[in-house]
Amino acid sequence: MAGLFETDGGPSTAASAAAFKKGLNKVYSWYTGGFLTFIILLAIAEQMGLSRQWIGMSFLAATVLLYAGIGFITRTTDADEYYVAGRRVPALYNGMATGADWMSAASFIGMAGTLYLSGYDGLAFIMGWTGGYCLVALFLAPYMRKFGQFTIPDFLGERYGGNIPRFIGVVAAILCSFTYVVAQIYGVGLITARLAGVEFEVGIFLGLSGILVCSLLGGMRAVTWTQVAQYIILIVAYMIPVVWLSVKQTSIPVPQAIYGYQLEKVTAKEKLLTSDPKELEVRAIFKQRSADLAEKLKDPAAALAVDKAAATTKVADLKAANAPAAELAAAEKALTSLPIDAAAAKAAWSRAKAAADVKASPLNGMSPHAQQFKGDPNGDAAAQKTYDTSRRNFLALIFCLMVGTAALPHILMRYYTVPSVKEARDSVTWSLFFIFLLYFTAPALAVLVKFEVFTVLIGTPIDQLPAWVAAWNKVDPTLLSIVDINKDGILQLNEMSIGGDIVVLATPEIGGLPYVVSGLVAAGGLAAALSTADGLLLTIANALSHDLYYKMIDPNASTERRVTISKALLLVVALAAATVAAQKPADILFLVSAAFSFAAAAFFPALVMGIFWKRATGIAASLGMVAGLGTTVYYMVMNQPWLRGIFGITSPVDLWYGILPISAGVFGVPVGIAVIIVVSLITPEPSKKIQDLVDHVRYPNLLGDNRA
Amino acid sequence: MEITENHRHYWQKNLQITGILLAIWFVVTFVVGYYARELSFTFFGWPFSFWMGAQGSLVVYVVIIWYYARYMAKLDIEHGVHEGEV
Repeated sequence: MAGLFETDGGPSTAASAAAFKKGLNKVYSWYTGGFLTFIILLAIAEQMGLSRQWIGMSFLAATVLLYAGIGFITRTTDADEYYVAGRRVPALYNGMATGADWMSAASFIGMAGTLYLSGYDGLAFIMGWTGGYCLVALFLAPYMRKFGQFTIPDFLGERYGGNIPRFIGVVAAILCSFTYVVAQIYGVGLITARLAGVEFEVGIFLGLSGILVCSLLGGMRAVTWTQVAQYIILIVAYMIPVVWLSVKQTSIPVPQAIYGYQLEKVTAKEKLLTSDPKELEVRAIFKQRSADLAEKLKDPAAALAVDKAAATTKVADLKAANAPAAELAAAEKALTSLPIDAAAAKAAWSRAKAAADVKASPLNGMSPHAQQFKGDPNGDAAAQKTYDTSRRNFLALIFCLMVGTAALPHILMRYYTVPSVKEARDSVTWSLFFIFLLYFTAPALAVLVKFEVFTVLIGTPIDQLPAWVAAWNKVDPTLLSIVDINKDGILQLNEMSIGGDIVVLATPEIGGLPYVVSGLVAAGGLAAALSTADGLLLTIANALSHDLYYKMIDPNASTERRVTISKALLLVVALAAATVAAQKPADILFLVSAAFSFAAAAFFPALVMGIFWKRATGIAASLGMVAGLGTTVYYMVMNQPWLRGIFGITSPVDLWYGILPISAGVFGVPVGIAVIIVVSLITPEPSKKIQDLVDHVRYPNLLGDNRA
Repeated sequence: MEITENHRHYWQKNLQITGILLAIWFVVTFVVGYYARELSFTFFGWPFSFWMGAQGSLVVYVVIIWYYARYMAKLDIEHGVHEGEV
């Protein structure tokens, strides 16, 4: 393996490229075989009595050592190797690496859960995170490859002339990559903690150690070959449980082809559940609770005083009656857990009322799975408005995710690593194909799990539920909890609360697979989070070392010095991100989505117009990036609850056209485009040299083109 | 470096195919998305727009990118701007 990744120094010929690819095929076939053997051996060991803890540990140790090992074999200090993997990654392998780079913990673990909870509306993520590659292929990848430098700010700096566009590019790249990497490292901590049973903070550093060794030693080269290895792990881990579950339910091993019929059954069951008398009974209880809380919220101070008096009296009565200790302790706990003051009571009761309102609505607050958008176009005015807003937000979210996909620097950077423009185009096809494999399976998984919950769990006596329900409730009650509200001993849908992540995590157990498959799924989630974190950390470190230090501060720095600085920065950035992640920031999902809107508004207009419109000028691009990013950030800060809290915004929430802050990019992108057009037309035309650069990137091979 | 008529022709054709493929992308994503409620006739068990969102559009995206790569590789050779042995 060591010899395979060695560079021969000079540019590669077609023959050596073919030999290189053949060698790769061999290495990765052996690797896949070895990985499957490892799983089978662990499965046998499990049958012979290996404990769950040890299986988890084995997966963690094996995968982290593997990633560190690849880093060690591919270590390098050569700039071309370190920044762009020597530009000789074949299209197919770059596709796999991009797939792993792209699919984060959110895709692997979160997406099927989102689809389970929101049905059709969740498909915005499926379409948004795949359709964006059309924009990558048509507008960016081939041209970026022809440009052939090292980073995305590089392109902005060369095309728009001067350090200002480059600097704005560096700032924007760091802003979106850092918000994204914090979410990944958070995911790494969660999964490692679950897999190995260690503390969350320890989990972060255990998981991080593997990728740090890897990217520190070998930069982009090591990251590329690790990501290929990680892709193989994550796709195997995703497919095995889904296929198994499909066989269990339908005896057909192709869930993607047949889950339409399961969806029909789910829809029929949804109709029954909506009017089921037992469900109505549970919902009525929650409705009553909500009404009680609304009454208390009218005058929280008085209500709190009443509650306190009642609880105190109860404790006193129990003491007087010499009640059993357990009963007394419970009463005392109830007294001490009352809110401290009226303000705290108001906050706690508002939260409780919102939760009760959800639980009082049909299907546990979920829309029917196959129903497009909320509300009703033929209903009353309110229903029509809900429908229009819901549809508008669906389309706006797709737009932001797509344009953001086409502008995230860590993805675009991957297309610098292929040998030619033609391979760059082929490579986008492979990228999307490998991503597609997971993304068209996720909706199937969501439906299969929903079918299982609706037909197997609902209506079952609570003491006869499958063992995995109790097991996951014990692991984390936010993932799964059950309360018998109407005390009939039977589970109703609205008596169960589910966290989205459980859909992927518990599938092996729902399907009745051995624990080794659960370990495999966790290892797959870890691979997804680590591979994305790898790419992001490298993007940030390179933006700082290459663009800020080498291009702007010290253009005479030697190659060795640049690579060393990049490695040092990588460590600093990783530690900074780990520190932020260890604080467990409030709203992880929002951070991830925000990164897409930031990238879309900052990069997409400037990059695409830089290639397709020669007249676009440097000043215009700088202003356009600032205006686009500024609009997006402004809209989020003004309207997103968590950011409003941080910045102390008190003015009322003012949504434009009812668009939610998660899709803020839908305003930022057009503003950016408009500013670039208007300012370009009133500033002098770019120089001949820059117009020549545009021609240079437009044609894969231009005669007399001395840059080639 | 000389941009000839041949080069302009190549770029025009590139813009043309980019425009056509982008239009298909737009229809599949946003037009079908906009009329999702209306397009819910049954399609192998799925409501049609659900199937499009979960699978159909994804297949179209892969085909768009695959076709573009193939078309452009041919166009490069026709107009003599392909990359030779580097």
